[in-house]
Amino acid sequence: MATALKQEEPNNPSPEGAENVVVRFAGDSGDGMQLTGGQFTLSTALAGNDLATFPDFPAEIRAPQGTLFGVSAFQINFGSRAIETAGDQPDVLIAMNPAALKTNVQAVRPGGLVIADEGEFGKRNLDKAHYESNPLEDGSLAKWQLLKLNISQLTLDAVKPFGLGNKEALRCKNMWTLGLALWMFERDREPVVQWLKSKFAKLPDIAEANIAALNAGHAYGETAEISGDGLGGGHLQHHKIAAAPAEPGTYRTVSGAESLSLGLVAGARLAELPMFFGGYPITPASAILHHLARLKEFGVTTFQAEDEIAAITAAIGASYAGSLGITSSSGPGIALKGEAMGLAIMTELPLVIVNSQRGGPSTGLPTKTEQSDLYQAVYGRNGDAPMPVIAARSPEDAFYCAIEAVRIAVQYMTPVMLLTDGYIANAAEPWKIPDVDTLERFPVSFMTEKPEGPLLPYSRDEKLKRPWIKPGTPGLMHRIGGIEKGVDTGHIEYGPANHQVMTEIRRDKILGVADSLPDQELAFGKAGAKLCVVGWGSTYGPIHQAVARAGADGKDVAHVHIRNIWPLPKNLGELLKSFDRIIVPEMNTGQLKTILRDQYLVDAKPVNKVSGQPFTIAEIAAVIEENLS
Amino acid sequence: MNEMTKITTTLKDWETDQEVRWCPGCGDYAILKAVQRTMPDLGADPSKTVFISGIGCSSRFPYYMETYGFHTIHGRAPAIATGVKLANPELDVWIITGDGDALSIGGNHTMHLLRRNLDCQVMLFNNEIYGLTKGQYSPTSRQGTHSPSTPYGSVDRPASPCAFALGAGARFVARGIDIHKNLSDVLKAAHAHKGASFIEIFQNCIVYNKDVFEEFAAKKTAAETQLHLVDGEPMLFAKGEKGLTLNTQTLQLEVVDVSDGDWQAAGVIVHDVTNRSVAHMLVEMQFGEFPMALGVLYDDPRPTFEAQVVAQNEAAAAGKIPDLQGLLSKGQTWTVTEGGPEL
Repeated sequence: MATALKQEEPNNPSPEGAENVVVRFAGDSGDGMQLTGGQFTLSTALAGNDLATFPDFPAEIRAPQGTLFGVSAFQINFGSRAIETAGDQPDVLIAMNPAALKTNVQAVRPGGLVIADEGEFGKRNLDKAHYESNPLEDGSLAKWQLLKLNISQLTLDAVKPFGLGNKEALRCKNMWTLGLALWMFERDREPVVQWLKSKFAKLPDIAEANIAALNAGHAYGETAEISGDGLGGGHLQHHKIAAAPAEPGTYRTVSGAESLSLGLVAGARLAELPMFFGGYPITPASAILHHLARLKEFGVTTFQAEDEIAAITAAIGASYAGSLGITSSSGPGIALKGEAMGLAIMTELPLVIVNSQRGGPSTGLPTKTEQSDLYQAVYGRNGDAPMPVIAARSPEDAFYCAIEAVRIAVQYMTPVMLLTDGYIANAAEPWKIPDVDTLERFPVSFMTEKPEGPLLPYSRDEKLKRPWIKPGTPGLMHRIGGIEKGVDTGHIEYGPANHQVMTEIRRDKILGVADSLPDQELAFGKAGAKLCVVGWGSTYGPIHQAVARAGADGKDVAHVHIRNIWPLPKNLGELLKSFDRIIVPEMNTGQLKTILRDQYLVDAKPVNKVSGQPFTIAEIAAVIEENLS
Repeated sequence: MNEMTKITTTLKDWETDQEVRWCPGCGDYAILKAVQRTMPDLGADPSKTVFISGIGCSSRFPYYMETYGFHTIHGRAPAIATGVKLANPELDVWIITGDGDALSIGGNHTMHLLRRNLDCQVMLFNNEIYGLTKGQYSPTSRQGTHSPSTPYGSVDRPASPCAFALGAGARFVARGIDIHKNLSDVLKAAHAHKGASFIEIFQNCIVYNKDVFEEFAAKKTAAETQLHLVDGEPMLFAKGEKGLTLNTQTLQLEVVDVSDGDWQAAGVIVHDVTNRSVAHMLVEMQFGEFPMALGVLYDDPRPTFEAQVVAQNEAAAAGKIPDLQGLLSKGQTWTVTEGGPEL
């Protein structure tokens, strides 16, 4: 790649020679940028690089062509060292039209490479992107290396033999672009060829045309390099990024939505329960429903309900009948489910509620990420309604968090909220496939025998868990419901002393979940550091990178990443009190900060970003700097 | 209902030790007794029976049945029941709901339960009022109903439960009256129907809407005001002196006089429970001009939701081995060894 490709990272703690590259593909929402990115990701993973991706697409399915709000982008950061974020600044931007250039070019690192399809830079498209003059001609892109290619024409030429119509032929542009990108980073085309053949198995002409476009893009790179053709100042060279060191094992790429779904299936198997999943279509949570709907052979029943409330209440009904009830949504849908969560808390039935967070409030930013449902997860129900909350930090972690959520739900007879977000749901990363035999089993046992004395459906074990009794069990008929329960009997009971006791039991049962949690560990640094950066969820990557770099630079800084939001790990208070200063970067206005202050009376300072975009490493690094000076 | 082994029980086996907490004289008592009396006749098994309710006076019902019971949240009983039945299709599920619960806050779930045809019995206790919240008008209250929330009378037109059910795609629609001895027959027919059985029961709220159904429920005028539908029998009332005929010009039902018992001469039509068009007319009949149609208005089963879900799950899973390790390893993978990655 061009000489200036290496990211300038003065504090980069990576081994000598390790490097990474950030590439962003941007085009119209109909240009197939997500597919291009996805295939580039697969090829990159197969080349042994570590990677992280960030798909960023509009809420509109097919926004009017060429408009600024219709731009869809896919960013990938890959390298020969550990990669934990999708990258702060692209080193390479491939812009398929003026709108894509306009909305993305400012993010590109100065000196980075901008490849633009000049065939799309006619007056009409320039007008739609509100360009008064052609940026490819007027010198306004001088701080980047600019490479103008008529990708549209080159694609049309490449697919000419297949006799496609103009529109269909131009649809192959993304494969031409992918071919060029694969050449630039010495990636193998074969997996993409195989994928095209299977995707268009019924349309062999389309498959062949796409493969021709892919090969043409690749060939273009080779030829241009040989001829030393430096169009418009950008130099087309290719560049190999070596494989990243990785633990031995078998790997695949996985998105958060996929890994979370797999974790739920694994959890149900470990609990030895059939799974019932109730869902209602909502972005970005629907992908979980889609994944699970195909897994019937694993004892999975999926139910697309009439609304969010039916989705959760059907799941509660299934749990009552002895299945593992699961529901999933995003913020607005989770709000609708609130009353039913209270019912699951009151009736003490196991349930997993997955919240793929997005920008709020109300409809908010459906396709953008945020962490602003933490209050809703911990506090968002009527009455004293405690519920365990777990937050995944990455696609890989989502698998294990899903298993953990299932474990807590069945071992404590409680609903559990599992938080992920739009970024994790859509982002992909390499995943070391776990050996299922090493996963700890937690088989459920139902109450099946009539006790000697009276049947007490609300009697408890040492964990304060009540028995799970399936309807259909002979002789164990009993009634449950949302009205306050009498201690042990579960009968309707409004008495003041009883309500006091039952409220305390519900609280203590959930606080007791902490007994089953490991101690809070440090993700970086030591207890007693001058500064601790505390995070949760998908901010793990940028925080960890920023802290590790500051640490490598000799700064006294630590990183605490909290996975169990409620109850919190038992040693967390003591650990937090050991630091001189605490900052809490969150993609909200300070929700974990509030909980930490409330629980431990520590002076946790908020660092907030609510732009619908993840934190960059540089942003966290700047805050660390500020807090240490 | 399910194909199940009939077992022998008595009324006592269906009573719980819980104190019944409805107002003295409430129609709910009569319905509870009718259900408890009918269960032994059905050969039902208390341990395989689940009563699921929402919120409202009627929804306390499960506490008084010695079966499995789930008193859920307002309007959501149909959705809970859907999860229960999909998780265990062997259970015999009864939904107890009211006019507010089923048609206002839970109207959406009622509609979808009926269109999906979940195998269960839905007993809608219609008292045309919100009793448990102290007497506000309900979605079935007649126009002009004076209540704490409508001191000058309600202005909105009432919903018709049976018309709603049929419109939603119900395959079984019936009507009964709380204190009527025939309620048990309606319950039996509902239980015998495989699929969602919808039963509207006129229930007298003696505190907030006393005797609102008296015009047709009163025993002394019942012969004139009630039409008891029986499959295969002519639609006669008023001791056989009146009947319903179909005006083939207007395609509407009409009341005709029958002389000397010759209902055929009068053109009275015979009730066919599988005739959906006539069922639509029966549920639309306005009381006054017409008698109140009671009994089984419509009964024409078709495959149930849970049976189809189970069948599809089984077909999709057929021949596949639930190999979790294989599932996790799906797609393109690569192996990293000490020497580096390889495909």
